[in-house]
Amino acid sequence: MTAAQQSPKAKLALYWAASCGGCEIAVLAINEKILDVAAAFDIVLWPVAVDGKVRDIEKMPDGSIDVCLFNGGIRTSEQEYMAQLLRKKSKVLVAFGSCAHEGCIPGLANLSTGQEVFDSSYKQGGSTENPKDVRPQHETPMPEGTLYLPVFYDTLKTLDQTVPVDYYLPGCPPEAENILVAVTAIIEGKLPAPGSVIGADTTVCDECPRKRNEKKIKKFYRTWEIKPDEETCLLEQGLLCCGIATRAGCKALCPQVNSPCIGCHGPNDGVRDYGARLMSALASVIDSDDPDEIDRIIHEGIPDPIGSFYRFSLAASQLRRRKLPAATSGAQKQ
Amino acid sequence: MSDKSVFEPKIIGFMCNWCSYRAADLAGTARIKYPANIRILRVMCSGRIDPTFVLNAFALGADAVMLAGCHPGECHYVDQNYKAMRRYAMLKHTLDQMGIEPERFRLVWASAAEGQQLAEAITQLVEAVRPLGPLNWPANWKENGHRLEALESILKEHQAAMEVQS
Repeated sequence: MTAAQQSPKAKLALYWAASCGGCEIAVLAINEKILDVAAAFDIVLWPVAVDGKVRDIEKMPDGSIDVCLFNGGIRTSEQEYMAQLLRKKSKVLVAFGSCAHEGCIPGLANLSTGQEVFDSSYKQGGSTENPKDVRPQHETPMPEGTLYLPVFYDTLKTLDQTVPVDYYLPGCPPEAENILVAVTAIIEGKLPAPGSVIGADTTVCDECPRKRNEKKIKKFYRTWEIKPDEETCLLEQGLLCCGIATRAGCKALCPQVNSPCIGCHGPNDGVRDYGARLMSALASVIDSDDPDEIDRIIHEGIPDPIGSFYRFSLAASQLRRRKLPAATSGAQKQ
Repeated sequence: MSDKSVFEPKIIGFMCNWCSYRAADLAGTARIKYPANIRILRVMCSGRIDPTFVLNAFALGADAVMLAGCHPGECHYVDQNYKAMRRYAMLKHTLDQMGIEPERFRLVWASAAEGQQLAEAITQLVEAVRPLGPLNWPANWKENGHRLEALESILKEHQAAMEVQS
């Protein structure tokens, strides 16, 4: 008997916070299997695809959604509200994709403040014309009453920094086959221990078919500086390939097409800080014992260390963000 | 730490079992004074110091971190202190972009005989960090002040919104 014949059907919610929307598309990349999902679940909320209202979710009893796949980081008060609401209403909450898991690219805004993000969007942008310097305000009094916009935070939080999370599905976006594995496990009730990342527990190097020798690096290259050969390990060729520190599960997609791993699956089990792991590993392969030369190799080859080591995981790292200027408190001044 | 107007930085020191930790010991037995601001943690080798430890120290509120190991070429485990040297350079580059002043993170070499030198390095570090003031890293995550009101107002708005009767 399939889950589809059970009655009543299990309830599924999908939500999208601070993310690009790619995770929503990735759900559809499981192709015709989406019909099995639709057969097994009532989709109660999926703003990008189906008509479900937040107010209806608010009226549901707590714990009445069986599974919620939540993608995106938490940057505004509205997103935090939705995370809290869906946590309360869901039996199983899955941090779906890199943004909910580790902050991902939106988390790199933690290098700036909310004010700086607004400056860049509403003032400095090349195509921005805003002579009156109009900015989004949390409250706008109008004759008919006050209008509210969500509060924009200085620091993007991951989903598990906001509410307790049951499972993590890594990737930017998660690969279709991994989504299918996770969804199947949910339908069949064969889930791993709560708190675990659903996926492999080895590194991308293990899945990478390239030839490996001893790694000794005299110079790091940026991807546009060299055309790497297609057989040898990319790191050995001086490209900053993150495969050594990154959780497997993608079948080494990027190295397979001659492009270094950028680390979207995040750290392996037991690693607390992805960037620290990567720094540690990369420092070991630098071929120099001279402090000045080491400094030169690092500074010339890695001009943007946070963008290189924490591209996907800054918000989830131990330091979480760049130091806040003392006088700052939010994009909207009240 | 008597005068409260003077800022007393909290400093974490990771020191190699075979040299710097013994240098600190020697400073003690020789009654060489160094500031009490440093909390020393013994590791088996400077090469054991994972960048995670340093980031964790800052994230927990340390004002500065000192790494200390055997002089280059004198490592008890052949060449692991060179790895410490490279990790230090890598981490310093990253901390710089995070906005942590370079004075707050220092690597020193001190053999087991160099109690005096280690004590001086610790004193210098404390004096260099004192004018910078507290780092207080956890304050960087402080919530935006009006966050809770904003969360409550969403709920009120939803309750006040007009229901469509079917």
